[in-house]
Amino acid sequence: MALGDLVDGSALDGRGDELHGRSVLILTTDQLTAALALFELDGIARRIVLSPPDLPIEHLPAVIEAAKVDALVTDRTTFGPIIPRVQYFMPCARNIVPHKCDRSAEVETEWVLLTSGTVGPPKLVVHTLSSLAGAIDRTEVPPGRVVWSTFYDIRRYGGLQIFLRAVLTGASMVFSSASESTADFLARAGADGVTHISGTPSHWRRALMSPSAKLIDPEYVRLSGEIADQAILNHLRSVYPQAKIAHAFATTEAGVAFVVNDGIAGFPATAIENTPGVEMKVEDRSLRIRSNRTASHYLGGHSGKPLREVDGFVDTGDVIELRDGRYYFAGRRDGVINVGGLKVHPEEVEAVINRHPEVQVSLVRTKKNPITGALVVADVVLKPVTSSTSHNMRELQHDILLFCRDSLSSYKVPVAIYFVPALAMAESGKLLRRNA
Amino acid sequence: MEHDKRLAPLTDSLELLNSGLDSLCFAVVVARLEGSLGVDPFSASEDAVFPVTFGEFVKFYENATN
Repeated sequence: MALGDLVDGSALDGRGDELHGRSVLILTTDQLTAALALFELDGIARRIVLSPPDLPIEHLPAVIEAAKVDALVTDRTTFGPIIPRVQYFMPCARNIVPHKCDRSAEVETEWVLLTSGTVGPPKLVVHTLSSLAGAIDRTEVPPGRVVWSTFYDIRRYGGLQIFLRAVLTGASMVFSSASESTADFLARAGADGVTHISGTPSHWRRALMSPSAKLIDPEYVRLSGEIADQAILNHLRSVYPQAKIAHAFATTEAGVAFVVNDGIAGFPATAIENTPGVEMKVEDRSLRIRSNRTASHYLGGHSGKPLREVDGFVDTGDVIELRDGRYYFAGRRDGVINVGGLKVHPEEVEAVINRHPEVQVSLVRTKKNPITGALVVADVVLKPVTSSTSHNMRELQHDILLFCRDSLSSYKVPVAIYFVPALAMAESGKLLRRNA
Repeated sequence: MEHDKRLAPLTDSLELLNSGLDSLCFAVVVARLEGSLGVDPFSASEDAVFPVTFGEFVKFYENATN
C-alpha cells in the first residue's frame, strides 16, 4: 500500500470530515487500519485516543469517560457492552476510497496513548504529533532504500515511534502481526528486505532463539522498552555483525530521551549533560527528563502524581547508579517489575496473595531472568497458627500459586513462593522495597 | 501444564520456538531449572549463545552442570 493513496483517498469511506473537532477513539483489530485512521484524522479530530490491542473491554467505559470520547472509529462489527456517550460510530477499513479531505481548518490534534495503571483502568497520556515526532530527524535519511519494522504494535509508544519514523522520513514499513509466530514474522521481514528493526530485549531474545533470525539482514537494530543488558547486546552483535546496534531510553510519558550507540549496557554519564534537545537530571536516585518530546498531562480524574513535576521534568521512576563514568539502570523506585516489557505492580500481586486464608503478609519482588529480563517472586509470611495443619509447605505453595493463577495474568504469577519469618518494614510503616 | 500449553513431542531437533512454549514459559522453565540444578547457563556468560533446538538446550545444561 502506498501512503500517497491516502492524500486523495479515505479509509473512512470519505466520512473523515464528520469527525472535525471530535474526540475519537480508534479501536481496531489490526495495526494497518489504525495507521490509516491516524493519518486521516490528525489535524481534523480534536483528540485521537489510540487503543492498544489488548485493552480489556471492561476498561473501555472508563477510557471513554476520561477522554470524553464522542466518536468511535473501528473495524469491529460487534461489541459486548453498550458504550455510553459515543454518538458516532464510523467503520474503518483497509480499502481506500478516492476522496478529497478538507484539511483547511487544521487543528493541533491531541494524540492519547494508554499505559497500564497500578490496578484498574489504564492511564491516558496526552501527546501531540510534534511531541511524538520530536526525536525524529527528518533530514537524516540514510542512503538507499529503508524498510522499517518492529516487533512492537504501533499502538504502543515504542511501535508508534518506529511507524512515525518510517512515515516522516519517507521509508517503508512492515508491520508485525499478533497472530503470526516469531519465525514467520522474521521470514516475512527478511523477504520484504527490512533494513531497520526494533523491539524490546525480550523480543530480541526470543527472535535469536529462532533459526529464522538469520533470515533478516538488518543495517540497524534498535532495542527499547526494557533494560538492554550486555548479554543481549553481545548476542545481537554476533548474529548481525554488520548492523549498527542501538539501545534507546524512552517512556510513554517522558518521550525518547537518548539513544546509546556504543554497544555497551547502560549509558555514558556525559549523556546527562550533553544530549541535544533533552534536559536530564538525577534526583532521589531516579532519572528525570524534560524536553519537547514529553507528554503534557494525564487525562481524567487522576489520584496519582501529575505527569510532570512543577519544574516541567518527568520523573521516570527508573533508578540509575553511576559506576566508572557510566550510568546503569537499577530497577524501579516504585518496585514495578518489567516482565518482558509488561509491567507488574507488586501491590496488585500482594493483594491477591494476602487474600489467602493462611497468609499474613507478602512482599512481591523481582527475580532476574535471561529470557524476559525479570520474573516475579514472592516472600510470604504465614499466620502464626495456620488454620489447617494438613498442609505441608509444598502444598501450601501450590495452593497460593493456584490462588494467583485464578485472578492474575500469567506474567504476574510468581515463579516462586518463599516462606519467610518476617518482612522488613521502613520507618514509614511501609514494606521495605528493594530494587533489583 | 500450569500455563495451559500443549507441548510438541520433545526430540533433539525440535526448534524451541516450535515447542509450544512462549517466552514467559521459557523464562519460568529457566528459573525452575536454576532452582533445582543451581545453574543458569543463559546468564553464566555475557557471550552465551542461546540454544535453538531442544537437543542444544539439553546440551547447554549438561555443559553447565558438568
